[in-house]
Amino acid sequence: MTTLSLAPNPALRSPPSALRNTLTLARRELRDAVRSRWFLLYTLAFTVLGLAVSFVSAAGTGGSGLSGFGRTTAGLVNLVLLVVPLMALSAGAASIASDRERGMLSYLFSQPMNPSELLLGKFLGLAAALLAAISLGLGSCALILAWKGLRTNPQSMFWLCGLAFMLALGMLSVGMLISTLARRASVAVGTGIFVWLMLVFVSDLALMAGAVALRLRIETLFAASLVNPLQVFKMWSLHAVDANLDVLGPAGLYAVEEYGALLHVMFAGCMVAWVVVPLLLASVVLSRRSPL
Amino acid sequence: MIKINHVSMKFGRSVAVSDATFDIPAGDSVALWGPNGAGKTTLIRCVLGLLRFRGSISLDGRDVRRDGKRARLLVGYVPQELGFHDELGVNEALRFFAALKGLDAVDTSATLEHVGLAGHGGKRVRELSGGMKQRLALAIALLGNPPVLVLDEVTASLDAVGRAEFVGLLERLSGAGRTLLFASHRLDEVATLARRVVELEQGRVRRITPVAAFVAGTEHGAVLHLHIAAHARQEAMRSLSEGGFSPKLNGVGLLVPVAASQKAAPFRVLADARIAVEDFEVVTSAHAADLATRARERRETQP
Repeated sequence: MTTLSLAPNPALRSPPSALRNTLTLARRELRDAVRSRWFLLYTLAFTVLGLAVSFVSAAGTGGSGLSGFGRTTAGLVNLVLLVVPLMALSAGAASIASDRERGMLSYLFSQPMNPSELLLGKFLGLAAALLAAISLGLGSCALILAWKGLRTNPQSMFWLCGLAFMLALGMLSVGMLISTLARRASVAVGTGIFVWLMLVFVSDLALMAGAVALRLRIETLFAASLVNPLQVFKMWSLHAVDANLDVLGPAGLYAVEEYGALLHVMFAGCMVAWVVVPLLLASVVLSRRSPL
Repeated sequence: MIKINHVSMKFGRSVAVSDATFDIPAGDSVALWGPNGAGKTTLIRCVLGLLRFRGSISLDGRDVRRDGKRARLLVGYVPQELGFHDELGVNEALRFFAALKGLDAVDTSATLEHVGLAGHGGKRVRELSGGMKQRLALAIALLGNPPVLVLDEVTASLDAVGRAEFVGLLERLSGAGRTLLFASHRLDEVATLARRVVELEQGRVRRITPVAAFVAGTEHGAVLHLHIAAHARQEAMRSLSEGGFSPKLNGVGLLVPVAASQKAAPFRVLADARIAVEDFEVVTSAHAADLATRARERRETQP
């Protein structure tokens, strides 16, 4: 072995900036995510299901016509509603809790960095991984639609991709909040899946039951639906692609008549809140709670 | 270099550290000594700013809570065991932590060579043995040549050969003005690496002594390190206590202080209780005193 000559460095260096640490952690997280099984499986499942939806829609219209694209969009919106929140919630939920469980969180905190840098770095890295998965899935669908000769509107596909990414960011943020609160990764991921079930299935049923049982007014019903980020995504994507919300029934009609162009701002505000608020709460929890 | 001032820390109602106060000047090497639950690891975590505590701790004048980022820049930390991501490569790990320490570039080959891991840079972390992982953790701790090294029972999970090599490596590092703060259960390790010993008992600092005085003041002739399966340790503790011994738990089993002429007695007690001893080591006070003397001589002759 070489004789050690590692004398301590008396020169006082400055600690790395918050931006530098955040980007270092984001790159690391992106690399870990891309290598992990969950990312590959979810991306594969999303792409295969998206392609199946595209093929079926294209076959149903004989390979042409705007109605085919509308059907495809509806199918893809529902696919995004199911897969993207699950993907983002489980990625976010596993992120910090698994590091805590392995003792890596306290080790990272023993380095010259702050908890908020760690949180933001992990968030950005996972967000990039999710963006790659969504782009790959929906991009493949767009290629299939073009190949089959459907008159796709590229703008609509970009809207769908962008909104799916917004939804992913919101769910990632919620997942990371869960992760900062949980001691074990399995508990965090389990809670993430429970939240996904609630948002996808139970909240819809509860809203319908509430509307009937409590005879909710249409504006109350619309306001209540804004609480669920999945509903916001659904309404926003249909509004952006089709410019009407007829398919959602009276609540949709009411929203378009009452708010018109303001709907984009309202939906954007809701989605941004779903990204920012859980992330801020996660930051507070992470800096106050022991990393052990 | 390290100032610990009236530090107290509780987990719920349980007191982990109570009013600990001591200074560690630059270049000193201090061991934290005490049984499990004495507060060694908790105090180390407070020094790193990982836990919220009462009182204050500063590293070279930088408060670990108010100026934590700048304070931690001065520290290289090696935990008992490190849970690296399995797929992480060795070189990749070095580059990642170098970036977190604000270093623009790192000579991974030279760094690995310094800790005896030359040629392992291309491996995944999961391919390394326990001892090699600890060496990697030490290599990471040394990135940027920090003036303070903090070690938390770093040899607890290593076998006898791995431990001897690792302690040798640490001894070579502790010279040249580097400040060392470490927790250990092992008398031989303390005798080799420490200049002073802080004895902790139920979170309180019982006394601070030079290592030679500490070793000389060891009440018993020898300490048996018994490796016992985790599920049998409590039962072994109970049997030995009933047999008139004062066993203490450590990372892999039990430490049993015994008189020099009674080293076989704990084995008889455990055999009667049908508790298997997987492995054992004996450290005598005389051996520890010899280690301390030789370590002091080596330090004195170091350039």
